[in-house]
Amino acid sequence: MTNADAGSSLRERLDVIWGAPPGWRGRLQVVNHTAVGQRFIITGFVFFLIAGLLAMVMRAQIAIPGANIVDHETYNRLFTMHGTTMMFLFAVPMVEGFALYLIPKMIGARDLVFPRLGAYGYWCYLFGGLLLYSSFLFDMVPAGGWFMYVPLNDKEFAPDSSVDFWLLGVTFVEISSISGAIELIATILRARAPGMSLRRMPLFAWYMLVVAFMILIGFPPLVMGSILLELQRTVGLPFYDTAAGGNPLLWQHLFWIFGHPEVYIIFLPAAGMLSMIIPTFARRAIVGYSWVVLSVLATGFISFMLWAHHMYTVGLPYLSQSFFSAASLAVVIPSGIQIFSWIATLWTGRPKFEVPMLYVFGFFFTFVAGGLTGVMVAIAPFDWQVHDTHFVVAHLHYVLFGGMVFPLFAAFYYWLPKFSGRVPSKLLARAAFWLIFLGFNITFLPMHLTGFLGMPRRVYTYGWDVGWEWTNLISTVGGFVLTAGIGALVADLVLHFRYGRRAEGDVWGAGTLEWAVDNPATNYNFVSIGPVDDSHPLWSKPELAGRMHRGEYYLADTSSGQRETLGTSTLDGEPQQVIILPKPTPLPLISAVFTAFFFIGILSSLYWLSAASIAATVITMLIWAWQNGSLTPPKLIDAGLGLRLPPHYSTPNAPGLWGTGLTLAGDASLFGSLLFTYYYLWAVWPEPWPASGTAETALLPASLAAAALAASSLIVAIARRGVLLHIGLTAAALLSVVYLVLEYQALSQMAPKPTESAYSAVLWTMYGFVATHIVISLLMNGFVQARQWRGYIDAQRQLEPRVMRLFWHGTVIMGIATYATIHLFAEVI
Amino acid sequence: MALGFGGCVRFDGVQSALAPVSPEADHVFSLSWIMFWGSVAILVLVMVLGFYAVFGRRRPALDGNKMVIAGGVLLPLLALPPLLVYALALGDGLRAPPPEGALRIEVTGHQWWWEVRYRFPDAGDDFTTANEIHLPVGQAVEVLVTSNDVIHSFWVPRLAGKIDAMPGHANRLTLKAEEAGEFRGQCAEFCGAQHTHMAFVVVAKPQEAFEAWAAGQRKPARQPSSTEARRGLAAFLSQGCVECHTVRGTPASGRIGPDLTHVGSRRTLAAGTLDNNSATLAALIRDYQEFKPGADMPSHKDAFDQPTAESIAAYLEELQ
Repeated sequence: MTNADAGSSLRERLDVIWGAPPGWRGRLQVVNHTAVGQRFIITGFVFFLIAGLLAMVMRAQIAIPGANIVDHETYNRLFTMHGTTMMFLFAVPMVEGFALYLIPKMIGARDLVFPRLGAYGYWCYLFGGLLLYSSFLFDMVPAGGWFMYVPLNDKEFAPDSSVDFWLLGVTFVEISSISGAIELIATILRARAPGMSLRRMPLFAWYMLVVAFMILIGFPPLVMGSILLELQRTVGLPFYDTAAGGNPLLWQHLFWIFGHPEVYIIFLPAAGMLSMIIPTFARRAIVGYSWVVLSVLATGFISFMLWAHHMYTVGLPYLSQSFFSAASLAVVIPSGIQIFSWIATLWTGRPKFEVPMLYVFGFFFTFVAGGLTGVMVAIAPFDWQVHDTHFVVAHLHYVLFGGMVFPLFAAFYYWLPKFSGRVPSKLLARAAFWLIFLGFNITFLPMHLTGFLGMPRRVYTYGWDVGWEWTNLISTVGGFVLTAGIGALVADLVLHFRYGRRAEGDVWGAGTLEWAVDNPATNYNFVSIGPVDDSHPLWSKPELAGRMHRGEYYLADTSSGQRETLGTSTLDGEPQQVIILPKPTPLPLISAVFTAFFFIGILSSLYWLSAASIAATVITMLIWAWQNGSLTPPKLIDAGLGLRLPPHYSTPNAPGLWGTGLTLAGDASLFGSLLFTYYYLWAVWPEPWPASGTAETALLPASLAAAALAASSLIVAIARRGVLLHIGLTAAALLSVVYLVLEYQALSQMAPKPTESAYSAVLWTMYGFVATHIVISLLMNGFVQARQWRGYIDAQRQLEPRVMRLFWHGTVIMGIATYATIHLFAEVI
Repeated sequence: MALGFGGCVRFDGVQSALAPVSPEADHVFSLSWIMFWGSVAILVLVMVLGFYAVFGRRRPALDGNKMVIAGGVLLPLLALPPLLVYALALGDGLRAPPPEGALRIEVTGHQWWWEVRYRFPDAGDDFTTANEIHLPVGQAVEVLVTSNDVIHSFWVPRLAGKIDAMPGHANRLTLKAEEAGEFRGQCAEFCGAQHTHMAFVVVAKPQEAFEAWAAGQRKPARQPSSTEARRGLAAFLSQGCVECHTVRGTPASGRIGPDLTHVGSRRTLAAGTLDNNSATLAALIRDYQEFKPGADMPSHKDAFDQPTAESIAAYLEELQ
């Protein structure tokens, strides 16, 4: 048999192993990253079109003074849903979807390391989006702004369920964002091609690594803020109510601690796309790779220190406003480095100008302009004038449309061959670009002036006396041109999938591994996984793609019938293990459906439904975990090229452990947001903090509770094998229950009624937070004991106990931190 | 400077930040110009470099890394610190407390109107009005802004940047009009259904005129002079208006809606939304929801007839 024949028969077997079951049932079970990523992208694009149409209705309404196309209520709904959809249902899922689709291909993996989590994330996203949009059916569409400020969105001023649709729908979607982030980090750090050290990693992977961490840390504050607001609305815990010692600014802080990183979460992936596209068309590697990586890291860090620049007018002390002004300007440097790195790459390369480059230039102009107005609004005294005016509307669209949508469209055209197996057209694509570019600028350039002329945001009409009619009319005309451009783009893409010329191989002459994948991409990406020794392996080794396709490298042996990809070391990409990936399964869909019923239960005040649904979700997830690959004792696997590697579950470095650690990192951010809430309320509390007087009597039971919790951690750490494991885990479980009982008594003394004040509310919420974690720890505890009892845990198979121990310790740390916060510090200070 | 875009766009509109009449607004206006031209220069530079990088024939062989450092690090380091220092120093001056003994005006945002209470440091009784703020020209005035319900934002672009009206907390702003005139202000923080219709008028006038106005505002409401106005007062007192509105000198002492003691002297109705005249007043009294749906003031279409509404309007119009 020749090599080529070997390659094609290998492909047939891989097609079977990696294929989905037939029919619509099969489609519901798909977990493969290519399919899941495409679903994210298509769904995200549909939401983009919907949100764009909402915007056009708004533009029509304010085209001239006193228009009566929609009433005030509809207009408020339109801008609320436009912003919410663009931010939560388009931008973030779109960039994450692109990353889920591209990252494995770029780093030489066959799939993401948690495919079922990816599928679960998609269903959460889809159902969350549908939940939010189902508010139209009930005529309860959120109308309080995408930022959901309180008290406007508290029960008193928004008594119907529209706000709950928002809070629950968005939180549901955020599950998907956070799970996607965990999956991306674990994949990027654990499943790169052999030899792909961090320094050789494609820049898009670096960008997404940073972005995924930002999502992991940045989204939980909003999740916590939403939980607190939902608790205030449904059970009356008064976190944001000034009458009970709460504070509406707490919401603004939590919202913008999320909200500002969010802007970079949207922009950085797009910049990552540009950092892939520009070198290809410049026909050289990027200039200043390390500078760019450092810039991305710096942007990630700085983005968490800027949030209050959205709050310059709330009356913060001028000194802190100055700090946030300075920090906001600091972010110009990493952005500048990236811009000039792209320009320098083009300058020193041999550029060719294809359709994606048109969008790159659209990006340059629009984003730099938006960045410059960003510098302006970062200056507090300037912002006092333009804040909440159409100037800011113009600014944010320059940044987000310029910084994300133009690069996204460049990416559409650039990676289209992967999706369709065809080459993009030129004529219609160019026409669409010019309509979009001109339409965008006609819409938003005059809008800066509208803001200066005094037009606030979110007003549904205005008079002839204020002088805003001409700039608004121009903006609306531009909006229609832009809409026509988007229409042309959609038409071009549809025609492309039908009539495009077939694409062969590396269409643009790019250097990174995704161009070694077939056009359109196969489910398994690579017949074999080749070694990599620089950042553009297809440029340095032109034969690499062919040899990978002929199965000459790792994991070309399909005899196990399992889905396999290589697990490599984090820094250097040394092969360490074979990661065995799950096959198609309906479990993610079933879990997501139950999760949906949990949210529907809260929304409709059917709390029994929520309780039952959460139980059902947990059961499906336990089944899902039970099926993980270690029901038989592990054997070394022949990975090819003479390399024998253990399966991932028998190593101390399994992706599952990373996933748990990352989940805890996100969890720590969620918990941190709750601690922030506690200390913030303390700082603004009008009288002496109530804890100072009441904590004394509660100190004894609380200290005993904390001691019990700490002891449980110690026992879990020691008890590792056989009967000792059973005894130890049972004892630890009992100790955790002791904690719950004693702490309950302590809190009952300190704050008998949770609804009495913001202080009581935060105490009991912290208790609930730790208690929830203890319940999850107990489930894991039982799960590990069950596996031990069935004989699935031995010296080689320690993944489940490791995961359980990690989560247990994490829970205990949060419990101890809670103890220190609400019992000790209140005494000391 | 007043007209742009071929004469279509008026830059000196009643609510335009481009037509400053106070030192604060003027400083920010100058800062805007500095930043505007700086930004244009940088945008042109980046675009020229970008185009030249792709389309320029015989590009000079520059060192890419040096370009990155020059453009990405040195350029911002040269441009931004001076801007920051200048702007922050400027802002510090703008948010300085007003001089001792300055006139204090307490503004309270309501859904969807502005309550305005005058506090005189030495001479003269306090009084309350709504949706209209009168200032003496050339004098710094302290404005304390708070809210009765949700968050609003107090903004008079020609005089100063905005400050939010927060429930349970007062923020301070200093206003100083350098010339006489009428300047429009508007709520800038989305505050619910009728956020759009939550404007007000600032009237800056010479000291004597201001004092005369204040003296007029301090007085209780005048007695109705015409028969119709007397009928109007009777209707006003009997139809429930007094539950929400105050007219000093009558039994009406409600605190939910605007104080109407001198409503006839005001330029606008419904928080800067409509011109103040008897026809509009009558229409609003009859069916407020038609003009400002969602507001607390109910429709009285079913409660009383048009002649009654007109008589109440006649009465209120006399309250100069």
